[in-house]
Formats: sequence, C-alpha cells, structure tokens
Amino acid sequence: MVGLFSKNFFVGFLVLILMALAPFFVTTHWVIILTEIIIMSLFAMSFNLLFGYTGLLSFGQAGFFGVGAYVSALTLTHLSSSFWVCLPVGIVGAMLFALVIGWFCVRLDEIYFAILTLGFGMMLFTLAHNWLSVTGGSDGLTIASMPVLSIFGHKIELFNPKFFYWVSLTVVSLGIIFLRQIVKSPFGLLLTATRENSQRVSFVGQNVRTVRLVAFTIAGSLAGMAGVLFALFNRIASPEMLHWSFSGKAVLMTILGGSSVFLGPAVGTAVFFVLEHFITSYTTNWMIFLGAILVILVLAFPQGVLGTLATFFSKLNGGRNSD
Amino acid sequence: MTETPLLEIKNLHKNFGKFQALKGVSLTVPNGRLTALIGPNGAGKTTFYNVVSGRYKPSSGHVYFCGEDVSGTATHKLVGMGLLRSFQITNIFPDLTVLENVLTPVIIHNGKSFSMLRSLKRRSDFKEQAEKILDMVGLAPFSNKVASTLAYGDKRLIEIAIVLARKPKLILLDEPTAGMNPEETDRIINLIKELAAKSGATFFITEHDMKVVFSIAERIFVLNQGTPLAEGTPDEIRSNQAVREAYLGGSLDAKGV
Repeated sequence: MVGLFSKNFFVGFLVLILMALAPFFVTTHWVIILTEIIIMSLFAMSFNLLFGYTGLLSFGQAGFFGVGAYVSALTLTHLSSSFWVCLPVGIVGAMLFALVIGWFCVRLDEIYFAILTLGFGMMLFTLAHNWLSVTGGSDGLTIASMPVLSIFGHKIELFNPKFFYWVSLTVVSLGIIFLRQIVKSPFGLLLTATRENSQRVSFVGQNVRTVRLVAFTIAGSLAGMAGVLFALFNRIASPEMLHWSFSGKAVLMTILGGSSVFLGPAVGTAVFFVLEHFITSYTTNWMIFLGAILVILVLAFPQGVLGTLATFFSKLNGGRNSD
Repeated sequence: MTETPLLEIKNLHKNFGKFQALKGVSLTVPNGRLTALIGPNGAGKTTFYNVVSGRYKPSSGHVYFCGEDVSGTATHKLVGMGLLRSFQITNIFPDLTVLENVLTPVIIHNGKSFSMLRSLKRRSDFKEQAEKILDMVGLAPFSNKVASTLAYGDKRLIEIAIVLARKPKLILLDEPTAGMNPEETDRIINLIKELAAKSGATFFITEHDMKVVFSIAERIFVLNQGTPLAEGTPDEIRSNQAVREAYLGGSLDAKGV
C-alpha cells in the first residue's frame, strides 16, 4: 500500500510538471482550452467528493460554482482589485451558501437529496438571473479589469493566457491536493463508510448528517474556488454558470472519467472538452456526434475511462484496485 | 444500596398505525450478565430492539440506560453512551476491507471523525486498536480482504467486531446465529460466552434456537404478542406452564431442551 502511494505520488508529480511545461509547447489556443479543462476538473472533482466518496448525487453543484463566480465578480467591482481578496472571498461565499443549503439537503438521501439540491440550484439560478440591480440579470456581471496578483512584489499579468494558466494550475492543484488529503484521512474513511452503509455509521455512534454536511460544505467551497477562476477566465459571471444543466456537466464528466477513482472526474473533463473542441471544428451539429461518442464511451468504459483502465491494469497486476 | 440497572424498560408501547407491536413491556437487564429475549415470530423482539436502540421512537413508556431516561434519544447518542447493537440481517460495510470495517468505529470512538489533515496511514494507533479487536473475534487473517468476499459466518463476526470497537457497556445481538450452519453457530456462541466473561460488556440477545438460548443465557425474558409473558432463569422458563402452553405449545421436549 505504501509503495502504491509513493507510485501514485510520483505519477501525480510528473503529470503536474508536464502540465506546468505545456504552455511552452502548445499554441495559445490550446493553453486556453487547457485552462478551461483544469478549472472544470476541480469543479467535477468537488462534485465527486459527494458522489463517488459520500454517495450523494447533487444536481446543485453549479450553484456553488456560480456563487464563487458572482461573489468574486462583485468583490472586484465593489471591494478590492486584489486577487488575494477576490479568491478567498469567493470561496468563503460559496462555503456559506453550501453550509446553509446543505443543512436542509442532508436531511434526506438518495433521489430525495438529489431533488433538494436541484431545487436549491434552481433558486440560485433565478436569484442570479432576476436580481438585476446586484447580479446584472441575464447579462451577468462583466469583469472589466482582471484582478491584480502580486507575489513578493512581482506583478503577474493575469490577462496573459499563459500566466492565467499557471495561476489556475496552481490554485487547482492546491484544491486537488486538499481533496486527496481528505480522501486519505480518517474523515475520508468515514465518508466511504457513509456511502457504503449510512445506517451502520449511525449505529456506531456518528451523526451521519454532520458527516454529510461537512462533505457538502467542503465540496461547495471547492466548487466556488473553481467558479472564481472560471469567472476570471471568461471575464464574466453569468447565470448559465448556476444553471442545473451546468451541474449536469459535472455529473456527466465524472461518470465519463470514473467516479471510483480519485482523478476520474479530471480525466472525464479532459475527454469531454477535447472531444467537444474537435467536433465543433467540423460540424455545427456537434451535439449529435458528441452525444453518440459519449454513449459509446460509457458503454465501452462502464466504470468510466480511468476507472475501467485502472481495474484493467490492477487485474493485470493481480491485485485489487485500491485507488 | 442497590446498583443502578444497566437497562430498565418501563411500560414500553410501540404502535404502527392501529397495530400495537409492543403493549406495555417492562423489564430490567442487570449489569454483567448474558440475558436472552425469546418469543415466537411476531412477538415484537426486533421492534423492541429498534425502540431500545433509538431506531424508532416509543409511542409511550420509558427506556433508562445507566439510570438515565433515554426514550427517543438519537441512535448515535445512545452509541456514545455505550449501547450498541447488531442486526438480524448482517449490517457491515461490504466494499471496505475487514480492517477498514473496524477502523471506522475506532476512529469515531477516538473522537477523530472529522480529522482531515492527517493521513489515516500514519495513525498506527488506530490500526493497532482495530487489529486487537480483529484478533479477539478471530478475523485477523482476513484483515485486508474486502468484507463482501468473506464467508457468511465471518461477515457476522465482522459485525461483532464493529460493535466491540466502540467498547460497549451493553450489546444487543439480534439473532446472532440466524442463517448459520451448526459449525458457525458453535463458533459464535463460544465467542459470545467468552466475550461476556471477559470483555466487561453485558449481552442481551434474541435467539430462535432454543438449545442455544438455554445453554448460554443466565436469565431469559419471554415476549408474546407484544407483552411480557415470563422471566426467570433457564430452569424456571423451562418449567413455566404459561410459556410451554402459550408460546412453545409444549414443544420444548421436541426441541430437545
């Protein structure tokens, strides 16, 4: 087990180095696509903390993503132009929303939980869409100038796609390392135990609602973190970011990559965006082709692309898939 | 000076709509004994356990645990006070390893449910505690096996290990030998006897196998149609005419008791 951990750690480190070097080898166009992929990866992985680890299917994850986006846009307009303010304020905003909404949602589980999250997600969307004076209505909130990011006195130009990519990669990596730590901690085992048999968890003395609420709040905060980056990436916070279909994207990308493996949602996100990119460059009816390819992928990789590959390789090694 | 009884039930009622599952059950389980609850199917044994363990709220009446009124208290709080239970249908974490099954209650017992910043692998203290319990029930060799791959009898042992990990004062076992073959039954009965003798926990079990009940229980309660019918030592119950007629229908001899 320890050997496997260090192997995973090594592979993760290698991937991170390659990702960091990518802007030197690809066009700016691809740097932008990669930026979107890593931001959306964090969003999908935050969803999977609830879905894959805790066993809760949320259809409201975009709500917290959107709260992060709007709160950071509002912060930039009204409060401060510093990146060091807008990122944490966005995360804390999403965290507070997740805490309050989660308090209601964790009262139920399974499909009832999913419906509650969907309901709250729709409320957040309507709030963003109709509260003209604060959110700018259907136009959204434009981010007129990028926040100022200075590290040890050096100003980093966030409107340069490469620098924005590196900043996003750093923030997303920190989010993913945090998630990894959670999954490997005692709390992580409790999440899995809750997914497996929540009744047993309460019959060994743990209030299951509290476990779920903490997971919900962490997932919402990390979605908010991704939302801040996404708003900066698009120079706008718009209502579509809170729409339930945007939550559906997290579900889709997670299933596509595999919910039972840690990095599954990230791989699913990459597959999804690369496919979308190639298909839209050939046809305007891209939804048909994307849909067809997704159907084939889901049939061919029932545990998700990464999940199925991981099972396959662990069978080759004659061991159990422990990750 | 009388000792506070571990579990005291006073006039407990539980209704489901118009159906009265428990109609005024009162009983006292003393400390440090192996007590059994028997009764025909539908007597209300499992309902009784569900009310006592906090799964259902009582319709009326009181449950006292260590002298404290715990009627309607949430399950996880009762567990925290030392009241644990097993289920008639094995209730474990099927996709976790045997070790992880026991680590879960160990973490909760140590108050580290929300510890996130330290890796579980570095908590060798938790692993030691869990392994000690697996040793006690004889599951140590299966520690790294996924729970669902174990034999039926071993899965039931996992549940006992899970329960023990919380260092309980009172353990309610709902039909611990249900579905077991004679060999597995002997093994679990010996284990329960051994644990009752040295773990410091009090056992309160329901059991359909009369032979088992009369051989291990020090005290027996008989429940019939939601009301207590009799209580006493195995010998007293064996010779109780009401029990023989109403519940066992004179078939005690046929059951080899």
